[in-house]
Amino acid sequence: MTAVLEIEDLSVQFGAQAAVRGISLTVRRGETHCLVGESGCGKSVSALSVMGLLPRGARPNAARIMFGDTDLCRLSERRLARLRGDRMAMIFQEPMTSLNPAYTVGSQMTEVLRRHRGTSRGEAAARAAAMLERVGVSAPEMRLGQFPHQLSGGLRQRVMIAMALLCEPELLIADEPTTALDVTVQAQILRLLAALQRELGLAVLLITHDLGIVARTAHLVSVMYAGEIVEQATVAELFAAPTHPYTRGLLASIPVPGKVRRGERLGSIPGIVPTIDHTFSGCAFRDRCAQAINSCAAPVPVREMSNEHRYRCRLDPAWSGQNRCGLVTAKAGSSSRPP
Amino acid sequence: MRRHRASLWTGAVIVGFTALVAIFAPLLTPHDPFAQNLAQRFLPPVWLPGGSAAHLLGTDQIGRDYLSRLILGARISMMIGTTTILMAGTIGTTLGVLGGYFGGPVDRVVMFVVSCRLAIPLILVALTVVALIGSSLAVVMLTLGLLLWERFAVVSRATTRQVCGLDYVAAAWAAGCSRSWIILREVLPNIVNHLIVIATIDMAIAILLEAALSFLGLGVPPPLPSWGLMIAEAKDYMFFKPWVIEIPGLALLVLVLGINLLGDGLRDALGAQADR
Amino acid sequence: MIGYLLRSLVLALLVCLTVLVISFTLSHIGGNLAINLAGPDASAESIAKLQHELGLDRPLPVQFLDWANRAAHGDLGDSFLFHEKVSHLIATHVPMTFTLGIVAIAIALAVALPLGILAALHEGDGIDMAIGLVALAGQALPSFWLGLMLIIWFGVDLGWLPISGVDDWTGYILPAFVLAFVAIPAVLRLTRSGMVDAIRSDYVRTARAKGLSRASIVLKHAFRNAAMPVVAVAAVQLGFILGGSVVVEVVFNIRGVGYLGWESIQKGDFPVVQAVVLLFAVIFVVLTLLADLLGAALDPRLRAR
Repeated sequence: MTAVLEIEDLSVQFGAQAAVRGISLTVRRGETHCLVGESGCGKSVSALSVMGLLPRGARPNAARIMFGDTDLCRLSERRLARLRGDRMAMIFQEPMTSLNPAYTVGSQMTEVLRRHRGTSRGEAAARAAAMLERVGVSAPEMRLGQFPHQLSGGLRQRVMIAMALLCEPELLIADEPTTALDVTVQAQILRLLAALQRELGLAVLLITHDLGIVARTAHLVSVMYAGEIVEQATVAELFAAPTHPYTRGLLASIPVPGKVRRGERLGSIPGIVPTIDHTFSGCAFRDRCAQAINSCAAPVPVREMSNEHRYRCRLDPAWSGQNRCGLVTAKAGSSSRPP
Repeated sequence: MRRHRASLWTGAVIVGFTALVAIFAPLLTPHDPFAQNLAQRFLPPVWLPGGSAAHLLGTDQIGRDYLSRLILGARISMMIGTTTILMAGTIGTTLGVLGGYFGGPVDRVVMFVVSCRLAIPLILVALTVVALIGSSLAVVMLTLGLLLWERFAVVSRATTRQVCGLDYVAAAWAAGCSRSWIILREVLPNIVNHLIVIATIDMAIAILLEAALSFLGLGVPPPLPSWGLMIAEAKDYMFFKPWVIEIPGLALLVLVLGINLLGDGLRDALGAQADR
Repeated sequence: MIGYLLRSLVLALLVCLTVLVISFTLSHIGGNLAINLAGPDASAESIAKLQHELGLDRPLPVQFLDWANRAAHGDLGDSFLFHEKVSHLIATHVPMTFTLGIVAIAIALAVALPLGILAALHEGDGIDMAIGLVALAGQALPSFWLGLMLIIWFGVDLGWLPISGVDDWTGYILPAFVLAFVAIPAVLRLTRSGMVDAIRSDYVRTARAKGLSRASIVLKHAFRNAAMPVVAVAAVQLGFILGGSVVVEVVFNIRGVGYLGWESIQKGDFPVVQAVVLLFAVIFVVLTLLADLLGAALDPRLRAR
């Protein structure tokens, strides 16, 4: 399985604050790699770094970011811009504001083709209409002439997806594509993405905070916390044998109908995500972790459980005695740690 | 942020300096600004050939010391500026707060009045008024004060509406506070920041407008040394002795620039971002 | 949309009417026109006779209604000074002022738009600050002084441009440039802030993600959105430019409406003054309406209204 995107040791700083601290991940052809974590953990920033879309004031650096045979770190902005929209594409969280209100849908879609493929206006319009149909937009020709404000949120996100796929990219980065949508529409969009991935062999890097989406769409998962990847595994492994205390806490926080008994507290992780500056060392989770000891303040080793399952913690893989079944109900009054 | 700190301090220094000059003008003038000396007409400034230290900025067409006139002119400009913002500020703020607070028909009337004021060509009307009543410092101050209130009205109205939408105002009303109490204690303190910024903008406009009126002959009357008037008086000689218009013009430019810098700096320091 | 338009029109008319009443009142209660005309040596009887002839001894509201009635038929009265119809006077003087105004706003846009865009692209650094300072300085320049200095530099020292009157198109350059300074600061600031917002927006991020060229992102995507309020403001600024044209016309000796107004004020020729004030008010109101319409036309989101 060929790797379409390989990020090696990416860090991003905003002034004194370290938003991303040395993450590495791989996205393979035809597979979805989910980057999951709570707000502020640096997952969006990581995605933007790959595309070179960071805002001013951001200082990224990485050992390598391999896109196929090209190291994106070494590319000039010009060459990177040529790749964007063509061989790698990105869709964003807020479809309401991500489309230019002053231009028609058609105009915004065709400009991608005309820019990267030199297609004529008529041909580009035809291809745009075809792509709209493929993503499930009814009456595509009419839609081309409409303005973004005339479309619903779900429709706009479909337009964004269609627009991203017009040049048949190898990599699609999706930053929380369904967060701003209704639940029913969410499911449709996710199904659409999965179908397109199968058809086109797309490599997808999906950013989300929703473990349900992870379960449904991911092949590989990276759990991110405070700028670091604390656990990385195949989706089956992650849900079957979550090892990092944070991952366990996340999974335990999901209320499962039927499994949570009446009167029991829902799982939660006490404390808040810390702000990290560049002088920080050791495990970022230690203030919220029930297993923390003094040595957690020193740099933490990356341990391997199996070929594709790594985690960043001093604890032994068998630390809880309970390797199976990541869904644990919480005891009243305690943090969601299993005994 | 550093940029705005620099604006603030530069502007404050310029305005403060001019204010001091204006206040202590009679003590600072080396000569009597009105004393003519026809034997010493058109002396150039001290840095040009023929200049003398007795008249640092030279003399004008009837021998009056330029520096002294400039200093007195500073007083005139500052007086115009301050009285205008006091008068216009009172009128405009009252209108704006009333409209913003009461809303409905009151607000519509206020907005209509503001529209009418905006439609009036300022300079022409000011010229007309001065022509009718007669030109004097007092008339100019009055006219400008009565005409330049629209910015105050617009901004105080917008801010009042914003403040009135806030919860603590509703809470005060619910607690039984009277209207005037709410206006005085809740609304006004919140619009003060914006008003200060607008005051600087208006002051600059007033000073420039007075200079224009005096230049056109219908502002501050001679022999008072309004900077605009000095330029007008020197216009006939400007090709041969450009400094006679360069100096008062620069003085106006520096003062107004200082006021604008101060306003800019205050706007960022006080957080009144939206005003212009 | 039609309802909104109608309401705006009615309001506009009311504003013009109010301004008219104000200027009428001003010119008829201050001073005594008959005295001005009759001259300093005239006797009391001849003054009174003149007053009666001109209808100045009637009550003010009656005079106003009479004037309004005639104005509705296109007769704005007679100029005391020039002994011709005011409407004719204005008609001959308007073209020059208008041309001046249009050229001025064109210069203002040509300067302020690129500078505003540039400042936004360099937000926060040296270029931005320099442009901001230039804008502030421009705002602080007394227009008549700038006019005089330009006359000295360009007209006399360099001899490139004419300094008085408008014999051919070159005569418009200097005065239009001076007038442009009235509008440049506001347009520049608005362009800059609009561009800053647009550059930070989600849709520009999408445009970047699509790999579009820099020119396309800045001009086609960002500027198109930033320009919407700028166009409206430009129309209003044109109104201010025209209203303030007096000073520049006097400095450059251009016989436009502003100059006419000033002359008439000095000589006490109040029918003309009244008409000129009304003219500027009407122009301003029309431009404001136009600005509204333009703003709505440019924003597809508003067109549906």
